[in-house]
Amino acid sequence: MSYERPKFRHPEAQKNKLGYTRKAYEGAISTLCAGCGHDSIVSSIITAFFEMSIEPHKVAKLSGIGCSSKTPAYFLGRSHGFNSVHGRMPSVATGANMANKDLIYLGVSGDGDTASIGMGQFAHVVRRNLNMIYIVMNNGCYGLTKGQDSATADKGSKSRKGAPVSFESIDLCELAILLGADFVARGFSGDKKQLLPMLKAAISHKGMAFVDVISPCVTFNNAPTSTKSYSWVRDHMEATATFDFIPLQQEILTEYDHGSTIPVSLHDGSVITLHKREDKEIITNKKDAINSLEEAKARDQILTGILYLKPDSEDFHDINQTTDTPLNQLTEKELCPGDEVLQAFNDSMR
Amino acid sequence: MKPTDITNPEYFHKVVDCQYACPAHTNVPEYIRLILHENYTQAYMINWVSNVFPGILGRVCDRPCEPACRRVRVENEPVAICRLKRVASDNRDEVQPLLFRAPKKKNGKRVALIGAGPASLTVARDLAALGYELDLFDDQPVAGGFIRSQIPSFRLPEEVLNTELNYILDMGGITTHFNTYVSDIRDIMDKGYDAIFVGTGAPRGRDLPGLPGRKEGDKKIHVGIEWLAAVVFQHVEKVGKRVLVLGGGNTAMDCCRTARRLGGEDVKVIVRSPMAEMKASEWEIEDAVKEDIPIIDNHVPLEFVVENGTLIGMRFQKVKPEYDQSGKRSLVPTGEDPVMLECDEVLLAIGQQNAFPFIDESSGIEFNDWGLPVLDPVTLQSSIPNIFFGGDSAFGPGNIIIAVAHGHNAAISIDLLCQSKDTHDRPEPKVTLAGQKLGFHDWIYDSQITEDERQIVPTVEKAKTLRDRLVEVELGFPVYTGKTEAKRCLNCDVQTVFDYGLCIECDACVDVCPTSCINFIENDEEEALREKLIVPARNLDEDLYVSEILPTGRVMVKDENVCLHCGMCAERCPTAAWDMIKYSYKSPIAGDS
Ligand SMILES: Cc1cc2nc3c(=O)[nH]c(=O)nc-3n(C[C@H](O)[C@H](O)[C@H](O)COP(=O)(O)OP(=O)(O)OC[C@H]3O[C@@H](n4cnc5c(N)ncnc54)[C@H](O)[C@@H]3O)c2cc1C
Ligand SMILES: Cc1ncc(C[n+]2csc(CCOP(=O)(O)OP(=O)(O)O)c2C)c(N)n1
Ligand code: SF4
Ligand code: SF4
Ligand code: SF4
Ligand SMILES: [Mg+2]
Repeated sequence: MSYERPKFRHPEAQKNKLGYTRKAYEGAISTLCAGCGHDSIVSSIITAFFEMSIEPHKVAKLSGIGCSSKTPAYFLGRSHGFNSVHGRMPSVATGANMANKDLIYLGVSGDGDTASIGMGQFAHVVRRNLNMIYIVMNNGCYGLTKGQDSATADKGSKSRKGAPVSFESIDLCELAILLGADFVARGFSGDKKQLLPMLKAAISHKGMAFVDVISPCVTFNNAPTSTKSYSWVRDHMEATATFDFIPLQQEILTEYDHGSTIPVSLHDGSVITLHKREDKEIITNKKDAINSLEEAKARDQILTGILYLKPDSEDFHDINQTTDTPLNQLTEKELCPGDEVLQAFNDSMR
Repeated sequence: MKPTDITNPEYFHKVVDCQYACPAHTNVPEYIRLILHENYTQAYMINWVSNVFPGILGRVCDRPCEPACRRVRVENEPVAICRLKRVASDNRDEVQPLLFRAPKKKNGKRVALIGAGPASLTVARDLAALGYELDLFDDQPVAGGFIRSQIPSFRLPEEVLNTELNYILDMGGITTHFNTYVSDIRDIMDKGYDAIFVGTGAPRGRDLPGLPGRKEGDKKIHVGIEWLAAVVFQHVEKVGKRVLVLGGGNTAMDCCRTARRLGGEDVKVIVRSPMAEMKASEWEIEDAVKEDIPIIDNHVPLEFVVENGTLIGMRFQKVKPEYDQSGKRSLVPTGEDPVMLECDEVLLAIGQQNAFPFIDESSGIEFNDWGLPVLDPVTLQSSIPNIFFGGDSAFGPGNIIIAVAHGHNAAISIDLLCQSKDTHDRPEPKVTLAGQKLGFHDWIYDSQITEDERQIVPTVEKAKTLRDRLVEVELGFPVYTGKTEAKRCLNCDVQTVFDYGLCIECDACVDVCPTSCINFIENDEEEALREKLIVPARNLDEDLYVSEILPTGRVMVKDENVCLHCGMCAERCPTAAWDMIKYSYKSPIAGDS
């Protein structure tokens, strides 16, 4: 058993604009089960930040409790991090974001951490449109505590040893749309080709970017009868409109037929181009988004891709008109502007 | 690409870079692991069976394995494969009982061997063990060929040499005829041998007969290889204080270092071409420089300067290299005045040539335009089917390990010929596979990758070795350092074996692989596929391992180039689609079926 990853890397490994190789974005060696879907998501997170040339110290990783919530240890080893208590990642993310809006906030949670104990926190952080990426590594079970069914397990689905799930499942994406998130996507840990641009788009989006990634738990919930298993997901995956992520500064090289393609500019200037499917409208409209999700479900399909997108929303800071300067950079001068200012303020309240 | 056929023994053979590069295909990783486990005797025996002279080669092998070592592709320096061989040799117990022995009952076949260098001795060892009666002829008083007469004792002590030569000469079945120069090969051909092996080397050193002053200065001008032999056989015991050595190969390095030990105080090596193009091995150049021997490059000799009948120096033209469009180099005079370098003696180490004064046309042996025998490259048979050539006499000057490989090969051919079998129907290599699973994600082999740099072999104090040409410079690795070095080996023979039927395409192996070897990707032609990998596979010497088509329609493609054989992919695989399997490859020797 290896406790350390060998230090050698491919001598011709690519470098990003900052001159770093992917190694600068790695973390400690994973202690998850071999084959856990969470590891693949970790890998995609590393690739996304590496390829976007984001300085690791500009990122804060936040998580709760669970196998999924352990994963921030395995990526971005040189970023900030806070591993909070079960289901409380959103509060910590909110606090941190309020104190310093200059960092990129990456929340990692599980389906247990979010859809059970953390449901209230989840609802409110989405509703507040906090500027963050909220990833749920969704395996339909409580992996860390040995695989009990979670609230996202589909009714009728059967885990390795369990009886069929008897309750209705919670669709976190549908809920996020209803609660006001403007970027909602669903991916699959086994499909990095789709997951990678999805994560990049989420990182570029301003406001809440909610990404639900189906991520099989190979140990407790990968039986072919489980709707969160590798085989079931592969057989039942259906993509919404496919999309490309074109980062800022990169020329759009492909000519798109405007009838079938809609470019959507994100806050940071990068562009997502959505390719319309013949039988479907592109999902930039809440009602359609929810309909599509429900229709797919009725067909026993899992709808993946960017499910709903509305760029340039007002985030929590905008709404609250809070300071642009990180709190730790505010000096006494700004914090105690003097008697005159106080008087004027008091007068305005009278 | 088509799925890789891993049942073809050559596929994994090629992955073990050092073993593949070794002309005798010594199982390097296996003996290195044995050193790690302090099983020196067995480590020695693996070498002995394969390369016949482990103690000798552990000191002076040309080591083609080291530049090929995988470690060079992930860090700066290869594993010290050669010096680890010496560790096995230095620390072995008595191996006599383990060595091949000639059977009492002979097989009735007689073979003559001309020359007692490493090529002939290898043939002798392989065939004596099978009951052949061998007659070994050499014009020198003792066996060894160039290993004895050319390689100086400060690199290879006589005792080490004698021990390993005697392992062969004492096997039984070998009759030696020393001090016997074969002046005409027909004398041997007439004696009714079943086969004859010619291992007479490339004995002639190049001279500069046309250079002005050559004749006049003759007493103080020597051909390097003749001079080295004269030193070994104690016909020469001294050299002048100021010595010029001409030439940039290993012979020049041995000449200059020997000169330093025979009284040469101001010894210089003069090379025609730029330093970077010198033929000598990097490490031999380093050793010479450490002994205060400057190397002066881009100097073409013009004349020997002789005054009143004594050599007083040499004049050189300074040149610079110029390259034409095709990259061909020519040396062009710089236009500066000729340079005079004063000296008392000159050693010419400017090349070595084949010569067969004892073979003429009437023998029926054909030679090509380069004066080399026409040979079947597979069997080493000459135009006379029962006469074989090997070592330097076959394809020109090489090295010991090439001579050994030829020896094994010729012995196989001779054995087949003597049994009236087709000499092209050769025995196959022996291949075995051994799983390395010890427990749940635990391996039998030491899969941890160390970052230790190449260890340095300790040497005797310079002043001491320069005083006496018989003192060996290198002390060899102490046991502890030897182990540290042994740990650097990446176990390239422990293969990553992929079973596509078990793979669930979870990507765990891709995610964990430190050197980004593994890809799941749409299949394509090799050239295109190489470019599409996570890190493009541009080292064309290393193969791609391609699986059958997986359920998603993709294939697994692994670039073997910089795989560390760390086993992480197999550790992280939930279905054991990846496994680590030790693959042992043993080249055939005479008598194998
Ligand atoms: C200065 C020098 C240093 C070298 N250093 C190294 C080194 O460090 N490492 C390395 O791997 N290689 C080295 N080599 C090369 C190596 O010595 C040879 O490649 C190797 O010895 C060739 O082996 P062989 O069996 O073909 O012939 P040789 O070793 O050349 O043996 C041939 C024998 O045949 C005898 N002979 C020739 N003609 C007749 C005849 N007609 N009748 C009877 N006997 C005859 C010769 O006297 C000689 O004893 C060195 C060579 C030189 C010149
Ligand atoms: C307050 C609290 N309640 C219960 C637990 C026990 N517990 C640990 S992890 C976990 C569920 C984790 O499930 P999920 O978030 O889906 O993560 P996974 O392991 O599946 O990735 C639970 C219930 C806890 N650690 N803290
Ligand atoms: S228990 Fe399940 S979720 Fe947790 S590490 Fe193992 S496979 Fe992954
Ligand atoms: S790392 Fe070891 S097995 Fe691999 S080429 Fe080098 S010496 Fe040989
Ligand atoms: S053994 Fe496996 S994980 Fe290790 S370098 Fe080779 S392919 Fe990669
Ligand atoms: Mg879970």
